[in-house]
Amino acid sequence: MKVNVTVNGVDHSVDHVWALESLLDFLRERIGLRGTKNACEQGECGSCSVYVDGVLVCSCLVAAGQVEGCSVVTVEGLAPDRGVHPVQQAFLDAGAVQCGFCTPGMVVAAHCLLADDPVPDDLTVREQLSGNLCRCTGYQKILDAVYLAAERAGAAPSRQGSRP
Amino acid sequence: METSLASAPMLRPSTWPDALQSRAEHPDAAPICGGTDLMVDINFGRSRPAALLDLTSVEGLDSWELIDDGSTVRVGAGVSFTTIVEELSHLCPALAQAARTVGSPQIRNRGTVAGNLATASPAGDAHPALLACWAQVEVESLRRPRLIEIDDFFVGPKSSALASDELIRAVRVPAATGPQQFAKVGPRNAMVIATASFALNLDVAGRRVGTGIGSAGPTPLRARQAEQMLEETLIDRWDSPGAVADDVIRRFGALAGEAASPIDDVRGSAEYRRHALAVLARRCLSWTLADLPGASARQVARS
Repeated sequence: MKVNVTVNGVDHSVDHVWALESLLDFLRERIGLRGTKNACEQGECGSCSVYVDGVLVCSCLVAAGQVEGCSVVTVEGLAPDRGVHPVQQAFLDAGAVQCGFCTPGMVVAAHCLLADDPVPDDLTVREQLSGNLCRCTGYQKILDAVYLAAERAGAAPSRQGSRP
Repeated sequence: METSLASAPMLRPSTWPDALQSRAEHPDAAPICGGTDLMVDINFGRSRPAALLDLTSVEGLDSWELIDDGSTVRVGAGVSFTTIVEELSHLCPALAQAARTVGSPQIRNRGTVAGNLATASPAGDAHPALLACWAQVEVESLRRPRLIEIDDFFVGPKSSALASDELIRAVRVPAATGPQQFAKVGPRNAMVIATASFALNLDVAGRRVGTGIGSAGPTPLRARQAEQMLEETLIDRWDSPGAVADDVIRRFGALAGEAASPIDDVRGSAEYRRHALAVLARRCLSWTLADLPGASARQVARS
């Protein structure tokens, strides 16, 4: 099976894709983008979060063939030229990363929540990140990072960017 | 190995007639939409369908409309839980509340009511609300379209009345004419498969009470005796309920608990489930009564 898909703005046409292959495996093994992490493979942990046509999804629960003709954005594509997005910078500055395995998914989910609600309240942040598990940080530094990113975006709204 | 694996096809019909044709021609193909149930089974090797029948490209499947002069909401099989939360909270409050408790934002963005129905798990979050609202499931094959009453849809654990050549096209949910509630218990507030859940629909226009029980029996269930008892209590009071006595609320909870046939499993004991259901049913009743026009201040305060 052939799959044509745009990933982080680059068109890909990939042959010999297994029909039951997940988008997660497709991104990591066929496209070579290993920022998207494989942890639970059942949609519980959110570490494989990506955008498909602007919608936040767990890539482990999407069949690769379902994204035919779609635009996928992974953690590598949040900032142009593989730079550091303000949300990523906020995670670094707030010390929101320990082992780092949940971080890419957490960053994509945080990016999505701030794109939808640039000044989120605590309840919204907790709800919107409820599908992303972290087993190291106890979450407080992650929440701090989200507020830091929101605060900085408020100071310079043009930096925040919109949902891809 | 690679050749045979790579040859497993994915069927991607773009119209509903083509989807029915594909279903008939490829009985071994597993229908997939949001993938939030099926992909888990595939990822863990529990399911190896010969092909996938992807319904996400079928035109019109991801929209909802009002039919029957606006009295019924027809929810397309591809409508996500996120859309239900964002767009149907007034027309289908119990269903929207249930949708809000599904998984996480990522899961709600992909998962659908039709997928919930096709999996037919006793723990499916949408089911109690669909029972409480007397929903109908619109299914179709090349042979014929048909409407299945929600009470006839669930036939066993993860087993439904859907035939092997049929696809779910839509779910018809009567628009709310009075207050509705859904409540669910589990170990945390998000990403939880219900230990027990309950939905209540006060159909003011129809003078009927609808209920639904989840995760407390081999299939989703209806608490018939609780419905009857409450209908008898409200029979001449639908428009001015005043204060409904506490013992009515307690009796309602007890009848809801008795209607369940739960088992002991990893998510909870049968005894706990009955107890939790009684509590959920009491809460739902207090909240809905408080929202009825003419409710007394005391009932409002309970909410």
